[in-house]
Amino acid sequence: MSSKSPPIVNYIVRRLIFLVFSLFLASISLFVLLRILPGDPANALLSVGATPEQIAAAQHKVGSDLPLLQQFGKWIGQLLSFQMGDSLISNAPVGREILSRLSVTVPLTLTAFAIAVALAIPFGFIAAYKAKTWYGSILNSVSQLGMAVPVFWVGVILVFVFALRLRVLPAGGFPPGGWGDLAGAIRALSLPVITIVLVMSASLIRYVRSATLDVLNSDYLRTSRALGSSFMEAMWRHGLRNAASPVISILGIELATTFVGAVVVESVFALPGLGSFLVRGISQHDYPVVQGVLFISTLAVLTIGFLADLIQRFIDPRLSRSLTGQIS
Amino acid sequence: MKILDVTDLSVKSGTGLALVSNVSFSLEPGARLGLIGESGSGKSLTALAIMGLLPTELNVSGSVLLSDGKTASQQILDAPEKVLNQIRGAVVSIVFQEPLTALDPLMKTGKQLAEPLRRWHGLKGATLQAEIFNALDEVRIGNPKRIADSYPYEISGGERQRAAIAMALACKPALLIADEPTTALDVTVQAEVLALLDTVVASRGMSLLFISHDLAVVSRITDSVLVLKDGEVVEAGSLQNILNEPKHPYTRELVSSAKELDAALTISARSGGDHDISNS
Amino acid sequence: MTQQTRRYPLPLLVGLVLISIIFIMAVLSIFWLPYQLGDTSGSRLGAPSLHHWFGTDKLGRDLLSRIMIGARIAFEVGLLSVAIGAFLGVLLGLGAGFAQRWMDESFSALLDILIAFPTLLLAMLIVATRGASLTSAIVAIGLGMSAIIARLTRLLVKRVLTQDYITASRASGTSWPRVIVVHILPNIWPTLIVIFALQFGLAGLTEASLSYLGLGSPPPNASWGSLLQEAQATVLTAPIAAIVPGLLLIALVIGMNMIADGLREVADPTMRRSR
Repeated sequence: MSSKSPPIVNYIVRRLIFLVFSLFLASISLFVLLRILPGDPANALLSVGATPEQIAAAQHKVGSDLPLLQQFGKWIGQLLSFQMGDSLISNAPVGREILSRLSVTVPLTLTAFAIAVALAIPFGFIAAYKAKTWYGSILNSVSQLGMAVPVFWVGVILVFVFALRLRVLPAGGFPPGGWGDLAGAIRALSLPVITIVLVMSASLIRYVRSATLDVLNSDYLRTSRALGSSFMEAMWRHGLRNAASPVISILGIELATTFVGAVVVESVFALPGLGSFLVRGISQHDYPVVQGVLFISTLAVLTIGFLADLIQRFIDPRLSRSLTGQIS
Repeated sequence: MKILDVTDLSVKSGTGLALVSNVSFSLEPGARLGLIGESGSGKSLTALAIMGLLPTELNVSGSVLLSDGKTASQQILDAPEKVLNQIRGAVVSIVFQEPLTALDPLMKTGKQLAEPLRRWHGLKGATLQAEIFNALDEVRIGNPKRIADSYPYEISGGERQRAAIAMALACKPALLIADEPTTALDVTVQAEVLALLDTVVASRGMSLLFISHDLAVVSRITDSVLVLKDGEVVEAGSLQNILNEPKHPYTRELVSSAKELDAALTISARSGGDHDISNS
Repeated sequence: MTQQTRRYPLPLLVGLVLISIIFIMAVLSIFWLPYQLGDTSGSRLGAPSLHHWFGTDKLGRDLLSRIMIGARIAFEVGLLSVAIGAFLGVLLGLGAGFAQRWMDESFSALLDILIAFPTLLLAMLIVATRGASLTSAIVAIGLGMSAIIARLTRLLVKRVLTQDYITASRASGTSWPRVIVVHILPNIWPTLIVIFALQFGLAGLTEASLSYLGLGSPPPNASWGSLLQEAQATVLTAPIAAIVPGLLLIALVIGMNMIADGLREVADPTMRRSR
């Protein structure tokens, strides 16, 4: 006798398969773009007028003397054994460097995101609930402003005010001992976190405000109140879940955006994170580095999207979904 | 004592536009009043005003007195929220036009029905469950368990509206307001739901304020009629008088169009033939 | 219920003013600059003066001139990337709008992956392969934008296709290409224009980030992002250079947002908009 697996398990499995498939597709694209477009990646290591022996040596080092498919196979093989090759410039393993730099980028991203969400929920609610008051309108305008501001500019201004003028926080850098120097690390990450929070909370406030407005104007809220519940009761029982659904649907994308913000902010504050690693790799044409960091980023973005989608489906079972889980 | 006493109810928009002007009417216990008008006539706003649920940007004046027939009347307008929370549901409750949006889309129907049951009767656990099924039975829902376990979007329009009616009745109010309760339903289902309302209101001895744009529907379930046009009462009277001797030109239009549409049909009235429009 | 019936709402006017200022700077820079690019005659990091309204940079170049060039680049980036994004996006969106079932599903899946991937990272990828230049940035931003536009177009086309006037038109013998041109495009155009305006501003922001990271158009033809990067090192002594380009970027984005809102009111009042 066969038992039917519940639809939710089916859905998770489908999405998981799709996740792996997307990852594979992304790796192929990444690989192709980095190898095909600029011509031979070995050129990065060579100067004009190189001898054939030098060219051959460079090609061998980069691996471009092998047929394309074999190169790709090698890359996939490396990935599956959790390696990403060595840097062309420093010859150090890329994977290890990425890991160590993650210890800066991940806390930066997650802390900033958590604080931004924590701020956005109450302020977004106020912006919606008190939309018609003067402070509600100001809140709305300020959040619109926040979405127009370049995150690195905010960083520069904060450095100007707090680090250089007031001298309360460091203008950049990360303690050489890493997280061993906890106080130093926290101080080093303070302004970067604040920078990202200022920008990200602006757009999150907009989303929370919009979702809350929808709930405030909804018929079901009215029904609940018509049957005797107080406003707060009705919001708690009905409003919360209904407002959470659209907000969670964009949280995945916002987290990815926060990550990108962190990448940029690392340059503002000279932090030894993934972002600065990527930027350096690009300007030095260090393809294994670029490939490795972008692959990790893609993995992170896709996984976050997958998880966010699962959470949303848990909250909101009625949405009809396509293969990717997008609402049609 | 009167269940509902509305005097000079006026609703103005934030910019001063008059949406409802000097509407007055009252309801005795067990009485049924139909509020007729087209969209924009202010009938839904009147209903919301009675419930104290008007949007805050609207200005309301006049007097709305509600009573459950046993205790003294309570002025609704400008009453504090705490007082209104005690009245809404227990004294007066409402069924809205579109059950798909009037019900929480993310909550199972049974759970939504449990809310007023728990609040007004303090039920819990197994007794609550049993009462949910009872309530659904009372509104003649075929499979109460399936409905209770389903989300609003998973059940039919008729079932949704019956569930909404069950929720309104769960509070055991003295007055039921029905704002176009059948307008969004299929025609065959309309008749059933109307009949259901009729029975339930009668068996509980409730007063009924039935709002609609459709004179034919109103004539099946109410005794007296109030005609609203552009926020004003243009005519009021018993159903017989309105149908046989409409005085205001607008009322005459309503009655004659209703008669034309239903000329080929015989509308069976609640008391058997008296309110047959085509024969009037 | 009363609506605002002013024909030209204040935000729209403010937006137009802001954009016009930047636009004038941009256009002017093609024909005339206060000082030529190579002119390093000014004092290093000079304060604002009559000769140099915004002061000078660390090589003695006039800041106002560099800002004007930045305005031109901002407009180039905006116009060209929106052009690319719109062309590709609408084309793909039209195709997807007509696609059915599995083809439609796979197409939306592809689009969703592309949209989920942050534009800046995509731009960095393309810059990595083609080298840092304005063209790389524009192409990258345009590609990222095309996915967003394609998804929106697909949604709009699907919605329009369910309308009765399409069926009526086909029933009277109109060919599909003609239906597209005469019925579909005019109906989706107002909504798309609004999105184009919004993306224009966002493109400027993305390019600024790229330039700041040193991956954009190299100096001296530098965009505002590069100016900010240069100004950061000397922000204590010459704060103006660090503040003004940022303010202009904000003005660009807010200006385009306001114009987009204004367009939305005028062109597409039926569409449900975020409040």
